[in-house]
Amino acid sequence: MPIEIWLIFILCVMIIASIAALEIKDILSSIIAIGVVGLGVSLSFLFLQAPDLAVVQFLFEIFALIILVRAFVKKEFHQHEETKNNLLISIVTIVVLGLLFLLSLPVFQNLPVFGQPLMTVSEYYLFHGALQTGAANLVAAIILDYRAYDTLGEVTVLFTAIIGTLSILKIRSKEKNRETSNE
Amino acid sequence: MIVYLLCFILFLVGIYGILTKRDLIKIILSIGIMGYAANLMLILFAYRNNSIYPILSEGKAVSQMVDPLPQALVLTSIVIELGTTAMLVALALRLYEKYKTFDITKIRRLKG
Repeated sequence: MPIEIWLIFILCVMIIASIAALEIKDILSSIIAIGVVGLGVSLSFLFLQAPDLAVVQFLFEIFALIILVRAFVKKEFHQHEETKNNLLISIVTIVVLGLLFLLSLPVFQNLPVFGQPLMTVSEYYLFHGALQTGAANLVAAIILDYRAYDTLGEVTVLFTAIIGTLSILKIRSKEKNRETSNE
Repeated sequence: MIVYLLCFILFLVGIYGILTKRDLIKIILSIGIMGYAANLMLILFAYRNNSIYPILSEGKAVSQMVDPLPQALVLTSIVIELGTTAMLVALALRLYEKYKTFDITKIRRLKG
C-alpha cells in the first residue's frame, strides 16, 4: 500500500479527533481526543521516515497530557450555553475559513509535488555531513553542528518559557500563603 | 497535494477553535492543534519517494535519504511547543484562581 493512502487515513482521523476535541462538552474526553491527534502526528512521522521526531513527539504528547489533566480535570468546567449569537459567530467563521481555503488552493498547486522535495541545501548536508561532523545521525549533525547557533537561540526561548511558567506559579503560591496566614 | 490540503484543513480547524470557543482550555487545545499541523506540514515537504531515514549505516545509500533539514528544525520546535503549552496552562490556572471561571467573556476586569 502506498504511503500516501496511509497518510490520508491518519490525517482524516486527526481532523475528526480535533473537531471532536473542540466540540465535546466533557473536558477529560476533550483532552484525550487531543492525545489522539498528537499520537497521529507521531505515527505519521514514523511513516515519513523521521524516527527521532516520532519519539520526541510521543514524549511531548505524554507530557502535555499529564500537564493538561493535572491542571484542568478537577476544575469546574464552564457549561457552554447555546445562543443564537454563538451560532451566528460559528457560521461566519466557517464561511470565512472556507473562503481562505479556496483562495489558498493555487498556493498548494505551485508547491513541489509530494515525494519530490527541493533538496538544494540538504544535498550538501547529506553528502558532506559524515565527513565534516563525524556524526552518523544527520539530523543530530545539523542541530548540533551546522545550525548550532539556531539551536542555542531556541534553547534560550525554551528557558525563558520555563522561567515564565515557574514565576507565574510562584506568585500564586505566595498569595496563597498570605491568605492562609491572614486567616 | 491532497495530503497538504488535509494538513491545511487541520490547521484551519485550530483557527476555528481559537476564533469561536469561549473557554480558555479549548483555546489552549486549539493552539496545540495549530502547532501539530505546522510541524506535520514541514515534515511532509521533506518526504521523498522510496527513501530511508537520514541515519548513516552500512548498505544505506546517501542519495536515497529524506531531507534532514526540516526534521532538525521541527525537533526543536516540538520541545518549545511543550514549554509554551506549560506557560499557557500556568496563565490559565492563575486566571482561574482570580476569576473562578475559564470563560473569556466573563474575565473583564484586567487589573492587577
